[in-house]
Amino acid sequence: MEKIAIVGVAQTTYERRKKDKTYHDLVYEVTVAALQDSGLTLADIDNVITVSNDFLDGRTISSMAVGEAAGAHNKNISTVEGDGTFGAFYGAMRVLGGFRSTLVVAHSKGSEGSSRFITNAMFDPIYQRPLGLDSLSSSALQANAYMAKFGIAEEDFAKVSVKNHGNAKNNPYAQLPMNITVDDVMRSKKIADPLKLLDCSPISDGAAAVIIGNEEIVEKSKTRPAWIKGIGHCSEEYFLGDRDLADPRALRNAAERAYAMAGISSPLEQINVAEVYDAFSYMEPLWLEGLGICKPGHGHKMIEQGITTMDGSLPVNPSGGVLSAHPILVAGLARIIEATLQLRGEAGARQVDGAGTALAHGINGPCGQSHCVWILGAEV
Amino acid sequence: MARRVAIVGTGQTDHCSHRPDVDGREMIHEAVIRALDDCELTIRDIDAIVIGNMDHFESINYVDTWSVEGSGGVMKPIMKITTGGTTGTSVAIAAYYHVASGLFDRVLAIGWEKNSESDTTAAIITCSDPIWDRFSYSGAIPSLATEAVGYMNRSGATQEDAARVAVRDRTHALNNPHAHLRKPITVQDVMDSPMLAYPIKLLDVCPRTDGACAVVFAAEGTAEKIAPKPAWIKSCAVRHSITWFGDFDFNAGLMSLQRAAKEAFDRAGIKNPVEDLDVAELYLPYSYAGLKWIEDLGFCGPGEAPEFVGEGNTDMGGKIPINPSGGVISTNCIGATALIRVAEAAIQVMGKGGKRQVPDVVNALATGFGGCFWSDVVVMSTQRPY
Repeated sequence: MEKIAIVGVAQTTYERRKKDKTYHDLVYEVTVAALQDSGLTLADIDNVITVSNDFLDGRTISSMAVGEAAGAHNKNISTVEGDGTFGAFYGAMRVLGGFRSTLVVAHSKGSEGSSRFITNAMFDPIYQRPLGLDSLSSSALQANAYMAKFGIAEEDFAKVSVKNHGNAKNNPYAQLPMNITVDDVMRSKKIADPLKLLDCSPISDGAAAVIIGNEEIVEKSKTRPAWIKGIGHCSEEYFLGDRDLADPRALRNAAERAYAMAGISSPLEQINVAEVYDAFSYMEPLWLEGLGICKPGHGHKMIEQGITTMDGSLPVNPSGGVLSAHPILVAGLARIIEATLQLRGEAGARQVDGAGTALAHGINGPCGQSHCVWILGAEV
Repeated sequence: MARRVAIVGTGQTDHCSHRPDVDGREMIHEAVIRALDDCELTIRDIDAIVIGNMDHFESINYVDTWSVEGSGGVMKPIMKITTGGTTGTSVAIAAYYHVASGLFDRVLAIGWEKNSESDTTAAIITCSDPIWDRFSYSGAIPSLATEAVGYMNRSGATQEDAARVAVRDRTHALNNPHAHLRKPITVQDVMDSPMLAYPIKLLDVCPRTDGACAVVFAAEGTAEKIAPKPAWIKSCAVRHSITWFGDFDFNAGLMSLQRAAKEAFDRAGIKNPVEDLDVAELYLPYSYAGLKWIEDLGFCGPGEAPEFVGEGNTDMGGKIPINPSGGVISTNCIGATALIRVAEAAIQVMGKGGKRQVPDVVNALATGFGGCFWSDVVVMSTQRPY
């Protein structure tokens, strides 16, 4: 693969409701900020990928609302509907395919919609929607399947919430920095068994942007590049009943693709920091298993073993993760941005010392049906 | 360095107004199987999939993950691209970059729509800004009607001139077994059809169609082994520049098409489009576009389109046949519509057009239209690019 890198990043702070700004405004804010971060001007941007979802925005052709805010006037442009990691994947392919640079920008305002109706619409309209399945209830099924298969306790998941909300205290962009205990999580309001309020990510508003460039653009940018070493995505079956929800095999496949490109054979040793899509507390250990960072059924032991905490050998979600801010679509792009900041050494209080290789991860569809994995490196 | 990319196979459903016999996934599956059969591949040979439609028509969120049992995406990379009417060309261009990037060798592009499951206008209304645009330019027809009036005032074109475009496309559709509306019409039929929004009448506009289209893209080195005569992608260019309908200059040409075409033609070495192109599959959602927009493409000078079309230059056997497939006026399964333009142009390059084949095609043009007067342009050829 040719050498391409992330040369500019920007994100808004994430909040429950950004009442003073439309998503047009949010996209403009991060577009300008990403250009400033990179030291590039709009003239250096060859093409734009926007990331949006018609259900979330309550608009058909949701991309129509943000093109000009993303600086795409008179430029080539396209739109990915899905997590920001997938949008950035397409942005990277466009640089590999001939453009010098791609601006990728994602937005969402969870405050302006009903997550229940929006995520219910992921499910089969005849057989499953009337059951009331949505992201919460389907994820509860997945958490139960995972607990039953490996004998995991709810307290094991609670520890992930405690860790990630604690990490969020070091992240000025996070929505929910919190000092909480396992007991707090266990006593929080039951949402969908076994998930309690503090096992769940919040509803968030926000936007994020990254600029991906070839070597010419890397030269021109003022930032230290985060080189794209490996990327991979993969989807598994659709119907929940057709899947082993405790075995994220699409993630394994996506990770294998990214690792093969990046030359990673032992992820636990070779990756220094990981930002994974923990929309619910149980997801972090499950995805670590899918990523091959630990054996199946061992994900929940990683915190106790001191591996995934900030002082561990592979800190996971130093930003506080998706549990601490969950702007849908934006959240995956935020994982890439956090990984980039770690490699630049610009992650402030959440910096992992000497991070040379970072992993970012995003999901699409119910219960992580489709995954996208990114490996970024500080060195070419 | 980007790799060269070609289209090696296409597949379409037999489009019609209502497919109660299949659900969306099954309809997608039909098109995928036909595309794979066309190039003698199996789903195992496909490295990645790109899919697109318009969410609110069928009210399915995350179509990429919902569709996998129909698209063949189980345990494969799949992503969703959606840009409104231009979705089909956006999907094709995304498949092109999947291959050009060097990451994937054989990629399947899918566009589909089951309009019978939707209230199309109710859904399209919501593309406009809820405060400023939605009450003046709701749905697809009002902004097009405004454009048509602007063009007529400027060029002196008549309603009959526009009707001639609809007659051409509907006549061409008689040669296409996949087309939805396969019944000949006359200029008088168009003139007698009910007025929807002046000057657009029922037979001036596209229908609502159930259908799917799938196209297989392959890299140089692989493509020649799959297809005896691959359709090489020479260039593609896109302009989605406007967000507000109020920003569109209804008294000027279609800026997005002028600029996208210029970029694509320059890169493909097309200097005189009528001479250098052998056939064009244009996303003409209504008849007046078949006059105004061919001026923007440089097929003729400003105001000359009524005469250019009237003289038969765009008919089968003319200087530059437009829409041998019957075009959008004969078939409009929206998320698939622009991909069908790409597929039909590729069919012409590959020489697989049957009764709708234009003889000796070297260069073919496909366009997409959608959103807020946006345009996509794809040029393909029997000759390798560069």
